Amino acid sequence: MKKLFAKHNNWFFKAGFILTAVMVGVVLLGQIWTPYDPNAMDASVKAQGPTLRHLLGTDFFGRDILSRILEGAGATLQIAFFVVLIGAVFGTVIGALTGYFGGVVDEVLMRICDAITAFPSVLLALIAIAVIGPGRLNVIMVLGCVFIPSFARIVRAEFVRIKRLNYISLARLQGVGDFRIMLKHILPNTLPTLLPAISIGFNNAVLAEASMSFLGVGVSASEVSLGRMLSDSQNYILRGLPWYAVFVGLTIALLILGFSLLAEGLQQRR
Amino acid sequence: MKFVLKKLATLLITLLILSFLAYAAFEMVGDPVGMILGTNATPEAEAALREELGLNRSLPVRYFDWLFHFVKGDMGTSYIYRISVNEMIGEKLGLTVILTLFGFGLTLLMSIPLGVYSARREGSFADRALTVSNQIVMAIPAFFVAILLTVIFGVLLRLFTPGSFVSFNESPGRFFLYMLFPALSVAIPRTAMAAKMLRSSILGEMQKDYVRTAFSRGHNRRSALRAHALKNALLPIVAFLATTAAEMLAGCIVIEQIFSLPGIGRLLIASINNRDIPVVEAIVMILAVWVMVVHFFGEVISEALDPRLRS
Repeated sequence: MKKLFAKHNNWFFKAGFILTAVMVGVVLLGQIWTPYDPNAMDASVKAQGPTLRHLLGTDFFGRDILSRILEGAGATLQIAFFVVLIGAVFGTVIGALTGYFGGVVDEVLMRICDAITAFPSVLLALIAIAVIGPGRLNVIMVLGCVFIPSFARIVRAEFVRIKRLNYISLARLQGVGDFRIMLKHILPNTLPTLLPAISIGFNNAVLAEASMSFLGVGVSASEVSLGRMLSDSQNYILRGLPWYAVFVGLTIALLILGFSLLAEGLQQRR
Repeated sequence: MKFVLKKLATLLITLLILSFLAYAAFEMVGDPVGMILGTNATPEAEAALREELGLNRSLPVRYFDWLFHFVKGDMGTSYIYRISVNEMIGEKLGLTVILTLFGFGLTLLMSIPLGVYSARREGSFADRALTVSNQIVMAIPAFFVAILLTVIFGVLLRLFTPGSFVSFNESPGRFFLYMLFPALSVAIPRTAMAAKMLRSSILGEMQKDYVRTAFSRGHNRRSALRAHALKNALLPIVAFLATTAAEMLAGCIVIEQIFSLPGIGRLLIASINNRDIPVVEAIVMILAVWVMVVHFFGEVISEALDPRLRS
């Protein structure tokens, strides 16, 4: 961690790190403690703007919006985490193998990746959800698969670049096996490119989940997430109560801003 | 000309493969007959409907039949409403295309001047302010911009009534006023990204040897930028703009929902929820054609700008 800070001593990285740490920290805290029970209704405080008792106001049922946002953000971050995990792990394995060994398989797989990445990821995920149905697990699987090609391309390009360097040829001359070279000699050197990609992955995953659930083709109707709350809050705007939508949107925007600043900072040295 | 034809051939083959994959995937969703008639239907009724929808033929036969009709412009019949898909999509497609082109035009109009200005005044206060605000704005999702615009211009300033779309035939002026806000919502985040890219691309070009040669021949920064660096600096932006045009269409699906626009995106979502497969297939194919075509144009323009890419 100290090394990361020394290497990326720029404002993007610092601001992104602080913002992400604060947001994730607050959301994690929300998993064990929220100011109110997210589902507790209170008829005396229906649809209020922000007050001291309810910092972000309440919805039509008198439920505390802050508590609900914490719960929803937890679900959204959980989905994003597993999506990035699936995308990064499978993408790295595929990118490493195709980049290192090359050949016909590499050529074919990269053409497929090109075709997939040409399509907006939300659109692909929408279509896939149309086929297999909504739900948290399905969203994770679908988005995870949609994210694999972009990671695979990045890792492949790095492997192609690094395998031509002298120290790899030397390692090979000394009789080091292919898999050991990939794991010990190349993989650690892909980290400077992989880390920003992971941060951007979180950014895109939060955005995709929010968009899909907002459209009603993400998590199922009984589950919470920031996207579902955003679609609920639509009705409030039309009745002149914009707070709900603004706070939910702001939460999503701050999460995304944190990850994107972090990615920008990780890409810049100094 | 040859590279255009080659790209065109690749485009058609990709579309053909995509169309088969999409068709086959939706066939796996399940039996539409059971979904339309419910669980209490008699076997005779199910057989009759299957006959009517042409489902008793094999998958390849149905696929080629569908493809043949699609190419001729007949997109099939909705399972749910039993009317032609062409009729259902008709005007809705026009609205989405207008929104996408409107948003894309705004992105072009705003991002290129901002990027060039920022690069020309590198290091100035305006440049630094723009860089910081671009970094923040590009991370704001289009739907949050939409919410903010609705709250500011719809709820507080009452420039338009949120949720009450005015069609072009009712009043062209109010139609464009209403469409301005959704178009701005998709355009603003993309403008920030494009302006940022253009700035760093121009600054990268200005450091190159050929620009220094231009300086030595008596060009000043401004004329060297206009005569030499700008064309090369635009190259990476073209690919980004192609992606933007593709992403914007997907972004419009969400934006249509927020602004209650009767576009193709809302129809897609409704059809997915209704399991109205012919409509979903038709829209997916239209979107695929759009995505492939904008990337095609992006590549052709890139190659026109830089002949080295043609190999």
